[in-house]
Amino acid sequence: MIALSQKQRRVFSQIALTAAAWSVAFIIFFPILWMVLTSFKTELEAFATPPSLFFSPTLENYQEVFGRSDYMHYAWNSVVISMGATLLGMLLAVPAAYAMAFYETKRTQSTLLWMLSTKMLPPVGVLVPIYLLFKESGLLDTRTGLILIYTLINLPIMVWMIYTYFKEIPKDILEACRMDGATLGQEISRVLLPMCKGGLASTVLLSLILCWNEAFWSLNLTAANAAPLTALIASYSSPEGLFWAKLSAVSTLACAPILIFGWISQKQLVRGLSFGAVK
Amino acid sequence: MAELKINALRKSYGDIEILKGIDLHIRDHEFVVFVGPSGCGKSTLLRSIAGLEEVTSGQIVLGGRDITGLKPAERDLAMVFQSYALYPHMNVRKNMSFALELAGVDKATIEAKVKDAARILELTHLLDRKPKDLSGGQRQRVAIGRAIVRHPQVFLFDEPLSNLDAALRVQMRLELARLHHELNATMIYVTHDQVEAMTLADRVVVMNQGRIEQVGTPLELYHHPVNQFVAGFIGTPKMAFIPARVIGGQGHELTIQLPSGEHLTLPRSPDSIHVGAEVTLGIRPEHMRIVSPENANLTGQLDVTEHLGSDTYCHVNIDGGHTLTVRQGGDYEGRFGEIVGVDFDLSRAHLFDSEGNALDSVTRQAA
Repeated sequence: MIALSQKQRRVFSQIALTAAAWSVAFIIFFPILWMVLTSFKTELEAFATPPSLFFSPTLENYQEVFGRSDYMHYAWNSVVISMGATLLGMLLAVPAAYAMAFYETKRTQSTLLWMLSTKMLPPVGVLVPIYLLFKESGLLDTRTGLILIYTLINLPIMVWMIYTYFKEIPKDILEACRMDGATLGQEISRVLLPMCKGGLASTVLLSLILCWNEAFWSLNLTAANAAPLTALIASYSSPEGLFWAKLSAVSTLACAPILIFGWISQKQLVRGLSFGAVK
Repeated sequence: MAELKINALRKSYGDIEILKGIDLHIRDHEFVVFVGPSGCGKSTLLRSIAGLEEVTSGQIVLGGRDITGLKPAERDLAMVFQSYALYPHMNVRKNMSFALELAGVDKATIEAKVKDAARILELTHLLDRKPKDLSGGQRQRVAIGRAIVRHPQVFLFDEPLSNLDAALRVQMRLELARLHHELNATMIYVTHDQVEAMTLADRVVVMNQGRIEQVGTPLELYHHPVNQFVAGFIGTPKMAFIPARVIGGQGHELTIQLPSGEHLTLPRSPDSIHVGAEVTLGIRPEHMRIVSPENANLTGQLDVTEHLGSDTYCHVNIDGGHTLTVRQGGDYEGRFGEIVGVDFDLSRAHLFDSEGNALDSVTRQAA
C-alpha cells in the first residue's frame, strides 16, 4: 500500500516537474512565437486588444518588407560580418588560448579575468572614442569596421571558451606529439584542433550568434552601406511610427537564418571526442 | 651504439633542485630501471633524457652524440607514457604511423613497419579501431607499438603499467621482458614499484631526493645495499631495522646490543667500527624465523599474521616499540598475542652506521 502511494507520488512529482519545465520553455519561447504570428497578421489585427489568436494569415507584410528594403543586401552584410569576425576571432583566440593553457604562468589566470572583465564595461561608455576613431580611419559604415569591433568584443569569450577546452587535453598527448616529431603547427592542426572539434564548433557557433544579433555597434557605426539585419529591424521601428506587423515580419526574417543554422549545427555541439585517449 | 651517458645532470625549478648532479652510464641493449619513491626525480630524469624538460646543467650523450640541447624528435628516442597518450581521433594504424608520416617516410615502408609492430604486439586485428574501443592493456600495447615503429636507439617508459589492474600488470610485465629480448634494444624504464624494477631490469638505479643512491643488478641491490634507504626500498616486505650499539668485537665477530638488552654476535669484521658506536641492524623477513622463546635471539608478542598461501607473514612486536615482519611457511599457525621467539640468520644480517651507510665490507666492494 505504502509502496504504491510512494510510486504514485513519484509519478505525480514527475508530471509536475515536466509541466513546470514545459511552462518555463513556453514562457521563453512565447515572444518568438508571438513575433512569428504577428508577422502574418494585418497591421489592424496586430494592434487589436484583446489580441486575436485566430486570424486569416497574410503574407502582405513580407511583400512590403521585400518591396521596401533590400533584404538580401542586409542579410549579406550580416553573413560577411559575422563570418569575418568569427574567423578573425578564431585566428587570434586559438594561439592565445594555446599559450595560456599549455604554457601557463602565474599571471595567466589574472590575464583571463582581466580579459573577461572588459566585457563588463558598458559599450556606450566607449562609444564616442570608438566612433571618432572609426571616423578618422575611414571605418565608419564599412563591413571591415564592424568585423574589427565584433572580433574585439567577442574575443574574451572566445579565448576563455577555447582555453577551457584546451585545458581538458592531457599534456601527455602533446608531448607524445613532440616526441613523434611534430612541429608546433602540426601539433596544433593535426592533434589539438581535431581533438577539440566539438568545443571549437560551439565557440564558432556562439560567436556567429553574438555577431548576428549584435545591435548596439551596428546601429551606431553603420548607415546604408554596411548595415546588417539588426539595423534593418531598427529602421522599421522609428521613421513612420510603429508598424508591429511589418516589424515582426522583418524580425522573423532576421532571426530565421541563425535559428536554422543553430538547429542544424546542434550535433556539432556534442562533445566527448577526447574520451579514450588517456585513462 | 645506443649507449647513453649522463654527466653531472642538474635540473631546478626556481630554487628547488630536483636533480642534484646525476652521473650514469647505460650500456647498449641494457634494460635499466629507475626506481624510487614519489618525488625522487626519476620521472624528471627520464623526461630530461627525452628532451621534454630543459636541464639546468650537465650533459646527455647518446651513441657519442651530445643530445642535451636537441629537440625531443631529434634525439632518436621513443617514449611510452603512463597515460598512453594515444591520439583519440586517430585509429590504431594512424597512431602508430603518425611519427613516420611526419618524418616523410614513404607509404609502403610505413605500412610494412606498422604491420611488423602490430604482429609483434598482436595488434593486427585492432588496426582500424579507435583508442576508445580498446581495453587498457590493448591501449598500452598501441603506445608501445607507436614507439617500436620508429626503431629508436633508446626506448623510454614512464610508469607504463601503473594504470593497469594487478593481473594485467603481471602479464604486461612479462610481455615487456619478452619484447626487450626480441628487439634487443636499450630500454629505460621508470617505476615506483620495486617488484617491476627487480623483475625487468638488467640493472636498477635506485633514486632518492634527486640523487642516485645505488646502481646495480637486482640481486646486488638485494644482497648488498649500500645504505639503509636502498635496503629498505628493495625487498617485500621491507627489511626490518633495529637500533643497536656495538659492545665488542674480536677476529671475525662483532657483538652488538639491542635496546631490549639482548646481545647478538654477527660474523662481521669489526675493523671500521669502534666499541660504543650506534648502529642499525637490518634483517629481511626471509632471514628470520619464529621459534620457541627459549631458543630465540629475541622474544616478542605475535601481532597480526597474514596468510598468503605460499607464505605467512607474522608481525611480531618486540621491545622498544619495533615490529618485525617474519616470513614463515604457508602452513604456519600463530595465535594473536602469543609470546614467540624470533631467530635471526645473522650471516645474512646487515649493519648500518649512524649515517645509514652500510658497514658490510662485502657491500662496499660491490658498490
